[in-house]
Amino acid sequence: MKVPLSWLADYVPLKLPPVELAHRLTMAGIETTFVPGKDAEWGPVYVGEVVRLEKHPNADRLRLATVSIGGETLRVVCGAPNIAQGQRIAFAKTGARLTDSHTGTPMTLGAAKIRGVESQGMVCSERELGLGNDHDGILVLPPNAPIGTPLADYLSDAHLDIEVTTNRGDCLSVLGVAREVGAITGVPVPEPSLDYPEGTEPVSSAVRVQIDAPDLCSRYLAAVIKGVKVGPSPEWLQQRLKQAGLRPINNVVDATNYVMLEYGQPLHAFDLRQVRRDTIVVRQARPGERFTTLDGVEHTLQPPMLLIADPERAIALAGVMGGANSEMTEATTDVLLESATFNGINIRRTAQQLKLRTEASTRFEKGLQSELAGRAVRRAARLILRTAGGAAMRGIADAFPAAGPANRLRLSRSGMTRLIGTAALFDGIPGRAPGAGEVLRALGFAVQQAGHDALTVTPPYWRSDIAIEEDVIEEVARIVGYDNVPAEPLAGRMPATLTQPLRELRERVKDLLVDAGMQETISYSLIGHRTLEQALAVGPGKPEPLRAANPLSREQEYLRTSLRGNLLRTLAAALRVPPGGARIFEAGRVYIPRAEDLPDEREIVAGALAGTRGDSLWEKGADPFDFHDAKGVVESVLARLGLDAAFERAEDDLLHPGRTARITVDGEAVGVLGELHPLVTRTFDLTVAKVAFFEIDLNTLQPRVPWLTTAFKPFSRLPSADRDVALLVDESVPAGRVQRFLEDHPLVRRVALFDRFVGKGLPAGKLSLAYRLEFQSGAGTLSAEQVNEAMSSLLQRLQAETGATLRA
Amino acid sequence: MTTSAFADLNALRDAATRELDAAVDAAALEAWRVAYLGRSGKITGVLRGIAAVPADQRRVFGAAANEIKVALEQRFEARQADLERGALSALASDAIDITLPGRPVDMGRLHPTTIVIREICGIFQSMGFQVVEGPEVEWDKYNFEALNIPKDHPARDKWDTIWVDANKDVEGRFTTLLRTHNSPMQARVMETNQPPIRVVVPGKCFRYEATDATHESQFFQVEGLVVDEGVSFANLKHTLYEFARRLFGGDRKVRFRCDFFPFVEPGVDMSIDCFKCGGRDPACRICRGSGWIEIMGAGMVHPNVLRNVGYDPARVSGFAFGMGPERIAMLKYGIDDIRLFYANDIRFLRQF
Repeated sequence: MKVPLSWLADYVPLKLPPVELAHRLTMAGIETTFVPGKDAEWGPVYVGEVVRLEKHPNADRLRLATVSIGGETLRVVCGAPNIAQGQRIAFAKTGARLTDSHTGTPMTLGAAKIRGVESQGMVCSERELGLGNDHDGILVLPPNAPIGTPLADYLSDAHLDIEVTTNRGDCLSVLGVAREVGAITGVPVPEPSLDYPEGTEPVSSAVRVQIDAPDLCSRYLAAVIKGVKVGPSPEWLQQRLKQAGLRPINNVVDATNYVMLEYGQPLHAFDLRQVRRDTIVVRQARPGERFTTLDGVEHTLQPPMLLIADPERAIALAGVMGGANSEMTEATTDVLLESATFNGINIRRTAQQLKLRTEASTRFEKGLQSELAGRAVRRAARLILRTAGGAAMRGIADAFPAAGPANRLRLSRSGMTRLIGTAALFDGIPGRAPGAGEVLRALGFAVQQAGHDALTVTPPYWRSDIAIEEDVIEEVARIVGYDNVPAEPLAGRMPATLTQPLRELRERVKDLLVDAGMQETISYSLIGHRTLEQALAVGPGKPEPLRAANPLSREQEYLRTSLRGNLLRTLAAALRVPPGGARIFEAGRVYIPRAEDLPDEREIVAGALAGTRGDSLWEKGADPFDFHDAKGVVESVLARLGLDAAFERAEDDLLHPGRTARITVDGEAVGVLGELHPLVTRTFDLTVAKVAFFEIDLNTLQPRVPWLTTAFKPFSRLPSADRDVALLVDESVPAGRVQRFLEDHPLVRRVALFDRFVGKGLPAGKLSLAYRLEFQSGAGTLSAEQVNEAMSSLLQRLQAETGATLRA
Repeated sequence: MTTSAFADLNALRDAATRELDAAVDAAALEAWRVAYLGRSGKITGVLRGIAAVPADQRRVFGAAANEIKVALEQRFEARQADLERGALSALASDAIDITLPGRPVDMGRLHPTTIVIREICGIFQSMGFQVVEGPEVEWDKYNFEALNIPKDHPARDKWDTIWVDANKDVEGRFTTLLRTHNSPMQARVMETNQPPIRVVVPGKCFRYEATDATHESQFFQVEGLVVDEGVSFANLKHTLYEFARRLFGGDRKVRFRCDFFPFVEPGVDMSIDCFKCGGRDPACRICRGSGWIEIMGAGMVHPNVLRNVGYDPARVSGFAFGMGPERIAMLKYGIDDIRLFYANDIRFLRQF
């Protein structure tokens, strides 16, 4: 909300510089920015009147203007075509700081002789004042602009920009902000006058109020003013509304808006003659009831939306907007002025459902006190009489079915100490801060001593956010300032340990993948259906992803059921960045729907490798990443977790049918790895021939991870013996089977594949695998004979098992 | 015979000396050692052949032969040392171009959000906090209602919500949402644990919000909660002050201003003094000249929140806080656009 400083100053002296004031308000919880007026730098520029206009003796197109600025009359040369005698204008004396109308740069006005005639100043255009770009003529001010007033004061739009938290609806008003300023600076803010002359005829003779929905409208007041003359508002009123950011409409509506800005209580003015049968009915809308608001839009309503109606028809959408059928017109002479207290939640729902949020609804939805309505109606009636004339009927129609009890709260010294950690805020800090009672009184609370160490307090009528002792404590703390609260280390008991093994595993896996040279990425949980399709993550047999009911875009519409799509998109982008090549992973959640429950959020880690092994450019021979690079990463990570992974041939839509493996631990599938299917590579526009990929479900893996990932095994210090052996095997025999067989021998400590050869010199359908075997016994040094014997029996059984023979 | 044996011995010594002096590399030297001093070398042979020397001369002969052997051994060692010195001095000319790039060891990196979350959690862990995570898809009940934000409460405007098109209540309103903050874990932790509670909750949240340089629809938060008997605002102040000093430097100042969150009372937000300009630069990109940077919201847990989980607000009290690790990363690393975090541009990621 824009709070013009000039308006604020009507209620409270502004003792602090505006920037400091804005800071103090912000610290007290009202986020405030000072916006200086555009005109702040002009210097001697005043509202003037053109008292005489003469021809310039030496120039046809120039004239001599005599301008009065109150006590002083000056003569200037002026070339503007629109200048006329009697106009109120902006007059700059020499020394004024203006904008050069030709160059647009700042300049200081000096004395000048124009065609032989001395000019004692200047009649300014908008552009020269920096107020706009118009330079076709001078700026003409309204006829009631006070002559001699510094233009800066007259036109000033210097204001505080206030952003209130939802509990402080009272500060959506100039008076509310003034009260905060008063509390901060220690100056009481008096109540504005609510008096006006009332006629003899009682208001009850003109209108009757009936509340049919007391839970949605706790109070409804109506004043009646007869014989008004609807027309433009006086200049000062228009000026204030504009400064606060509202458009002037007419003197009656402007008066209601003025009081809304002043008090924070929205009001509405009806043309009394449009209220049929002299009765206001506050009722819920009927299902499907149609109503046209004064902006001309027809709405279809549903209960419990609230209407202001007469016995025949609805005339306003309560708390949101008036109706087209009862608004003020030029012909209106009698006004029914409404001031009411509506249920904030209902107003909020209505405004949201009709997509019709107004100045009124944003104030009502924060919850307003019913006493406020009673004051605001009198204030507005007073103002209408002043701006639109007419005569007020006697009294106010006031339907107030359930006035609540006074909101009395107890503030104790011990409660304050318990919550804040110090009694100083209750007692006051000599020389720095007053005690709680004084602070609360300055905020408008009624305060009574309640025994030695407690107060009984009643919040002021404009506050609807004070319900419990803690709220009162905050009031004191925010005004005194949290700088006055000491800092005290936490003491007492240490909490019980809460472990989350899945989270810990995920973080450990992230570290291990980074150790393995992989870059972590984090992507959006909401993704487009297309991305899911591209990653083949939707379709028969796959979970149907949850959809956002109000997605931000098509690209962020579904809760991902797989990390694959985002990962491959990220990879594609990375590959386009020179020098290309990337090893990336993401560890994050996927969301698998469950009926009538929150989705199963599974922790998945997926990675992709593309490009060449080693990015060194000055040494040759780097190969592209392939299946076995992904496998190496997976093996290393699982081994470091203390797990023994096995790999089985498998199928996966995303992956190359011949280059896919299921990762299993203790016989349970925990993930998959492989090279991307060429079609997938093409879909994602991956600019490489091969992409190695892996994916592990940490939820499945986690229970299998041993508590101790490392168990020390005693090692033999006895010498070992190496034997190299080249085996000829059928191409169909997996190397893993041969290796496992060799490893199973009790005397074999280690088996390493050091050569794999296919091709020339080998029988068709055969390949050669060369292993180095390390033999060692824990019992004693092995003799050459023992090793040879072990070796030959091993090879014999290997041949029987796999058909492998010694390569000649 | 004896004379000639002595003469042979001398000739052998002379030849050995000559050949030793002629050896120019390690291989020649080794060949010489084998030829003369080895197990079947010539000098060894002479000593072994001492049996052929007449008994009365054996002592003299043996002594002479041994003397020669020792002399040759010393000469051999000296020669060996000479040659090594020569070889070492030649190393200087066996130079490589040390300005060639090292063979790259491609090290992976964590995402900056992970780095900052771990840093934040690490500081709180050192103060006795436990780290826990909660679901990212939440019930309205935990995200709002348990936190003293009933349906249709205007404070909900602060958390523009992405709803999940799944479960609905009797009024036909969605009950499942993408959590808008990590605060639902306050209720979840308290429901299943008894005080004392000291937790930090890192995790992803979502808002229905158009993105720009400072707003994202997906971001992370680290939420914190302390509940015990006798926990006060003074404890909040100390804990968060301590945290700020550890994260941003020991000479940091902090400031608390009043703010409103329905689940705390009083509510504040905490600023630190600008570590970049100290408030001296009106054009500072970090604090915009104010000298202060807001880094988190906090407050004393609202009695309704305690009551909602069955705690007795007359017996226990607590404080809660929440901060955005991206914002902290932006401050620490000088990142000027939050959208960089989850766009995953490799040129961004590999800087951390």
